[in-house]
Amino acid sequence: MTETLNIDQIRADFPVLHQQVNKAPLIYFDNAATTQKPKAVIDALSAYYEQDNANIHRGIHTLAERATTAYELTRKKLAAFLNAPSTDQIIFTSGTTAGINLVAQTFGRANVGKGDQIIVSNLEHHSNIVPWQMIAEEKGAEIKVIPVSDAGVLDIEAYKALLNPKVKLVAVNHVSNAIGTINPIVEIISLAHEVGAKVLIDGAQSVAHLAVDVQALDMDFFVFSAHKLFGPTGVGVLYGKRDLLESMPPYQGGGEMIKEVSFSGTTYNELPYKYEAGTPNIADVIAFGAALDYVQAIPSEALAAQEEALLAYATQKLQVIPGLRFVGTAPEKIAVISFVIDGVHPQDIGVLLDKFGIAIRTGHHCAQPLMQRYELVGTCRASFAFYNTFEEIDRFVLCLEKTLQMLG
Amino acid sequence: MGKSINEIQEELIEEFGLFEDWADKYEYLIDLGKKLAPMSDAFKTEENVIKGCQSRVWLHAEKQGDLVVFQADSEAIIVKGMISMLIRVLSNHTPAEILAADLYFIEQIGMSQHLAQTRSNGLVSMVKQMQHYALAFS
Repeated sequence: MTETLNIDQIRADFPVLHQQVNKAPLIYFDNAATTQKPKAVIDALSAYYEQDNANIHRGIHTLAERATTAYELTRKKLAAFLNAPSTDQIIFTSGTTAGINLVAQTFGRANVGKGDQIIVSNLEHHSNIVPWQMIAEEKGAEIKVIPVSDAGVLDIEAYKALLNPKVKLVAVNHVSNAIGTINPIVEIISLAHEVGAKVLIDGAQSVAHLAVDVQALDMDFFVFSAHKLFGPTGVGVLYGKRDLLESMPPYQGGGEMIKEVSFSGTTYNELPYKYEAGTPNIADVIAFGAALDYVQAIPSEALAAQEEALLAYATQKLQVIPGLRFVGTAPEKIAVISFVIDGVHPQDIGVLLDKFGIAIRTGHHCAQPLMQRYELVGTCRASFAFYNTFEEIDRFVLCLEKTLQMLG
Repeated sequence: MGKSINEIQEELIEEFGLFEDWADKYEYLIDLGKKLAPMSDAFKTEENVIKGCQSRVWLHAEKQGDLVVFQADSEAIIVKGMISMLIRVLSNHTPAEILAADLYFIEQIGMSQHLAQTRSNGLVSMVKQMQHYALAFS
């Protein structure tokens, strides 16, 4: 018997949820864009600035030591969270996008050559397409695309056919941001390894919903953002295998990433600092540690059960809406519902739902190639987190009906 | 002699003043969108597209005598309602009048959020583009 969550108690931890928007209680269904922050994260942020603010690593005074310890503690928590073999393999970035660009500009620059190939999927966010297009263009390499089915499932047979020794890297998301599909990354990774290709998994949409064990999954690179995991914006994580991180050239030059600098030559620092030039986002990294503590204190089975129940309930409730079509009906998906309604532009739905106090996302979700695949200008996307409720879904469906009457 | 830009703005403010809640206002806006004079397909070209993040807007302008006449359309009906009002206010005026216009009615009727940066719906660009046409025709 799975333990159920006390949702009222959980909601009490998230101050932002308790407000009126356009004179109606806020319903926040835009969790795939960013999650809300528990009080513990907000408190950690202000406590840092009120008590510990100092630049880290080089200061010898007490504040610098406290800030450094707290900053490095988040790295330790992350290594445990991902089951990374060591803390050195956890690199702080500013977000998922920065992590992908880092790998493109270091691993890509060193390993992708003329005539080589990089594989992405039709489900990718622009941030897992454009950095690869940039390096491919520079190096004279080619981008190949894993096709996606009408239901939103990657075509693994087609992927197998694309694999060959010219493929240097496969970049795929763990979960699709636009339609919620969970991709079979175990298979994707092992197939890539058979031809000697490395794999970058974009975990932006998965970390808040699925357990990730980078060793069990044999991840080469895994990237994600703190703000989609109840932490602050402006912090991201890049995990990489040690041999890859050690052999790749440095990314940005500056302070912190060096061992010794002279005009006759510079030697670079060890992992992870080699990739962390400049003063990092100390406060937000520390507050991210509080987010990890918060989310890990919730029993993961209960969390998953709550999200699964919300998805099933909303999917069933939405069936009554005339002309509604789900976009993305993969058997394996997270609590994200993308839909379109015949003859209605998604933006009109988003604008009117906002007047009812309901936050959803409308548009192409930074996945234009996927929208092109489905011949859509965009979709409406409701994405849930464990703090959402069945009552909110009821009101969402009711307001959606009212919205359609107004537009009708 | 037609009404001045400000006279038309006052008319719109009065019309929207009749509604007490947002739903009535938006129903009226949607209605305005539906009633917008259809744009000739010949003008719905790639050249006339004002690209917003979410919904496309087409804008065409021509000079008839001393006056600038606008035609526009959008895929989204609420944007179309906004367009309909912008055309009602700015079309059939001289370039100098259009360039000098202060579109205060948008805020007064409580629709300024549609011109906010976050909407990315092309309306801000549309107003700019209307003024660019006016400048070109002046």
